[in-house]
Formats: sequence, C-alpha cells, structure tokens
Amino acid sequence: MSLDALYQQVILDHAKERHGSGFAERLAEAQAAGFGESHQLNPVCGDEVTVRVAVADGAIQSLRWEGQGCSISMASASVLHDLAEGASPEEFRQVADAFREMLRSRGQIAGDPEVLGDAAAFEGVSRFAARVKCAMIAWVAAEDAARQAGA
Amino acid sequence: MALVSVPAPLRPASVGTAHSSELDDSEAERIRHDFPALDQAVNGRPLVYLDSGATSQKPRSVLEAEQDFYETRNAAVHRGAHELAVRATDAYEEARATVAAFVGVDPAELVWTSNATEALNLVAYAFSNATVWAERGRGTAELRRFALGPGDEIVVTELEHHANLIPWQELAFRTGATLRYIPVDDDGRLDLAEAARIIGPNTRLVAFSHASNLLGTVSPVEELVGLARGAGAFTVLDACQSVPHMPVDFKALDVDFAAFSGHKMLAPTGIGALYGRRELLDALPPFLVGGSMITTVTMERAEYLPAPQRFEAGTQRISQAVAFAAAVDYLRETGMQRIAAREARLGERLAQGIAALDGVRLLGPAPGEEWYVHPRFGIAAFDVAGVHAHDVGQYLDSRGVAVRVGHHCAQPLHRRLGLTASTRASAYVYTTEADIDAFLAALAEVRGFFGVTSKAGS
Repeated sequence: MSLDALYQQVILDHAKERHGSGFAERLAEAQAAGFGESHQLNPVCGDEVTVRVAVADGAIQSLRWEGQGCSISMASASVLHDLAEGASPEEFRQVADAFREMLRSRGQIAGDPEVLGDAAAFEGVSRFAARVKCAMIAWVAAEDAARQAGA
Repeated sequence: MALVSVPAPLRPASVGTAHSSELDDSEAERIRHDFPALDQAVNGRPLVYLDSGATSQKPRSVLEAEQDFYETRNAAVHRGAHELAVRATDAYEEARATVAAFVGVDPAELVWTSNATEALNLVAYAFSNATVWAERGRGTAELRRFALGPGDEIVVTELEHHANLIPWQELAFRTGATLRYIPVDDDGRLDLAEAARIIGPNTRLVAFSHASNLLGTVSPVEELVGLARGAGAFTVLDACQSVPHMPVDFKALDVDFAAFSGHKMLAPTGIGALYGRRELLDALPPFLVGGSMITTVTMERAEYLPAPQRFEAGTQRISQAVAFAAAVDYLRETGMQRIAAREARLGERLAQGIAALDGVRLLGPAPGEEWYVHPRFGIAAFDVAGVHAHDVGQYLDSRGVAVRVGHHCAQPLHRRLGLTASTRASAYVYTTEADIDAFLAALAEVRGFFGVTSKAGS
C-alpha cells in the first residue's frame, strides 16, 4: 500500500498547522454557552486529545482542542475544528457518521469532499487498520463533548 | 541433573558446533534461513525484522518440535497410566530440565507460566496469599516472613516494564505496604546512591529488570542484590530481556525469584517461566488452585504439592514447554556467549547509526559508552524530532522494516525522559548487518518525508 495514500499532503499540512488547537483564547466564550469537554486516550500509543465544544443558538459556536499524538491524530483534530465550527449539531453528526463510515470501510468507501471537506483526505487511512483509531480519537471526543453541551 | 536434548533431526541443521569462533555476519545469514517467517517480502521489500525485543521469530526446529509432540506424544501430563500420558509427562519434565539448566537452576525450581507477566503476578499473589494465611493463622510460622503490611516497603525502579511495576503496586495496595522506586537520571541511568538510601530496614522485596527493554542496558545486579541482601529483602529479577540475549545463571546472580518468557527467545507464545529458590517456592502458598497441584482434597479443604506442581494448576502448556526446550537447544548450540558478543556489536552498529542522524535522539548509552560495565545489547530506542513514533514506524514499515513504536510498556520511563512514545529497533541471533543498514537508510529518510527540517521539538 502506498504511503502517500495514507499521508496525503493535506494531512501533513493540517498536522503542522493544527487549526483550533489551544484553549486559552476562546475559553471564556465557550464556558458561557452550552459547554462540553471530553478527554480521550489511546492506550496503545499514548495519543491523547481533549476537545471542548460550546453550543449556542442551534450551532456549534466553538470547538477547540489540545492533544499530542501522531500526524494522523493531530491532522484529524485540525480538520474536525474546521468542519464543526458553525455547523448545527445535526450537521456535525452527519459529517461524523460519514467520516466514521469511510474510516471503517477498509478502503471500500471513498471520501466525498462535498460532505467531508478536507476530512475526505483520510480515506487512505481506512486501508491501514492500525491507524483508524488515530483518525477517530478527536472525533470521539467531539461527539462526547457535544452530547454534554446538549447538542 | 542430566541435560536432555531434542532428537538429532530437530537440531538446527545449519548451525555448527564450533563455539570458539565469532558469530559473524555470514553465520547470521545462515541462521536466518532456519526462520521461515523471515523469508518473505513485506510491502514489496524483503522483510527486515527488528522487533525481536517484542517477540522473536521461530526456527523450523521449534515449529517441528511442537508438531512432533502433537503427532507422537500428545496427552495430559501427570495423570493417566497409558503410554502416551507417560511419554507426554516425560517430554514435559525433560523440557523443564532443559530450560532450568539453561538458566543454572534445578528443575524443581522452575515453574511454567503463561508468560513472564503471569510469573511476576504469581510471586505477588503468593506473597499476598501468605499475608492472608499468616493473618488467619494458617500454615507454619515460617509463612510470616512473606507477610506484608503497613510499614513494609516494596522497592522497584523507574525503568521497569509495566509487568514488573503494576503487580507490585497492587500487592502494596492489597497488603498496606508502601511502594518505593529507585529513580533514574535524565538519561535513564539508575541512581545507585539513591538506591542505597531507599533500600533499608523496612524493605521486604526489591524487584528490578535485568536488562532494559528500552535503553538496551544491563542493570547492576550485583549492587542491587547486595543492597537487598543487606536489608534482608527478597529479590525478584525481570529477566525477559536478558535470558534471550546473554548467558544468565540465576544462582550466580543470587536472586530469589526471576521471570522470563519463551516467545522472546525463539519459543512459541503462551509459555514463560518463573525461577524461585526451592525453599521459598515450597513455603509460599499457591496462586492459582485446582487440579494437578494437590495431595489430598476434602469438601472442606486441600493440601498442596511442593513446587513446581504447587504452582501449575490445571492442564498445562505441554507442547509449548517441549518447543521451549527446542528453542533453548537452538540457542545453546549457537552459544550464548557468542550471541551476546554478536548482539553487543549489532547494538553498537545501531547506536552509532542512529546517533549520527540529524534530529534523532538516541535513548540510553551513547555509542561506545558502557553503563554499569556492560555494553549496550541489541536494542536501541530513539526519538525523531518533529515526527511521532507511530509515523516513524509507518514509514519504516513501508520500506519493509518492522520496529516497535509507542511506550513499550514503560510509560513512567518515557515520562522521565520527556517523551510519550519512542521507536525501538531490536536485533537477535538472525539479524544481519544488512538488516541494520537497511533500517538506518530508511530512518534517514523519515524527516524528509514528513517535511521536518528544523530540529525544533527535539
């Protein structure tokens, strides 16, 4: 299997840029709204991500995260931030479901950029079974945090 | 005790008995052909297997020994009067004698376990059972020497594998004893001055690893055993990474208990061994109880056999034990001194190659450096600045190179070294210089692939 299918350039870029990483700047706003926080750990590799979600006026106002881990897990959190902020909870659920379905398909389901945006670049991950959890960890945290926020 | 060998056809065909000469690259190349799993391509490249520290590959003679057992001698052991049961029992006990002799102990002092983790848990649970027995007045007064309670201290080190840490955490919890640890410095070196301060009159048990699964170092056993003896404490040695790679004699090391696993030394998974000083094993209460380990059973109570049966409840791992002995025969034929010398050279080649790369931090001793008067054995772990260990491992895998990534079951040591994960290359008897060079060539490409040019983050 080609390594370039796993590490697409958009993933390597997100892994470096880490959109939405860091809690300091918008914490006050987040805590004022419907708020949820979730910490997820992958005991196999030690990757960990904490996601904070603030929901108000029928939309995810803020999704911030902090974590450490491999490029796949960090890029996935960065893409998550871009997709979730501004989305309604229902829209986010649909994106998360499509993302999960693609990752679990063992290469059978191609990512639809119309639905998934940059997250479609993770379709190659589904062929590397050992890395699927890396791509999911931030999303699992986001779903849990969103539930807590009442979304 | 006579040494028992496997039949001649099961001996490694390609390994001569000339033990005087160095185990060189051409011999390693021949040895390699005894291992079917090494003869394959992975991701379009010839497999370069540098994950023997996690588990070793198996030579044909070991695979054949296990198959031969099932084809000719399979039966339950220590029960039944039929011919196959006798043959199976003989094979099982001969295997015990072979493996016991390999580590310099008597057969009655070697207990089969599922793996080293179970061996260490066995000791921990036997001690807590002794604590309960002593509290309730069961057994002889002699049991009191194993009983633990508030004020007693169990000592481990900061570099332990989780298997030699968590059983002691839980034993401390169950008994009210305190767990203390010998710290390491920024490089991972044990602080022996601190060890001398920590191990004292309250110390009842000292558990430490013989060889580090991360740093490639051999521990100062003599010093630590001396401190423990001086304090009247029991010693437990985690020998998982030493027994496969160097000559080991537990009697000479003067430890009370020692654990090692078969699968790291050419044997199948599912079998490990516990060494215990005979008088200690016979005095300790059992851990798992049930069939095959009793003398008399009534509806109210049971009496137990002496060691080793005392600790082998239920149907045992018979074919694995037989194959374990075949693995030991393979290693003995090759020569443990020669294997240790070979691994020291491979470890140095790994260390030099890794340390020479920009932005790669070698963990443990620097190239050419000896810690506690021992060279690095065939393990080298490292951190690549700006690239997570999983990504390093994935890149190497795409080049056919198998290494271990993650925390290697040593989270506290990683934390101490300022890391959450690392990458580890580990060699064994079948590793060639070409394997190491292929690994180093692939490792040199990693930072370029992930677009990491600065050394930031190292």
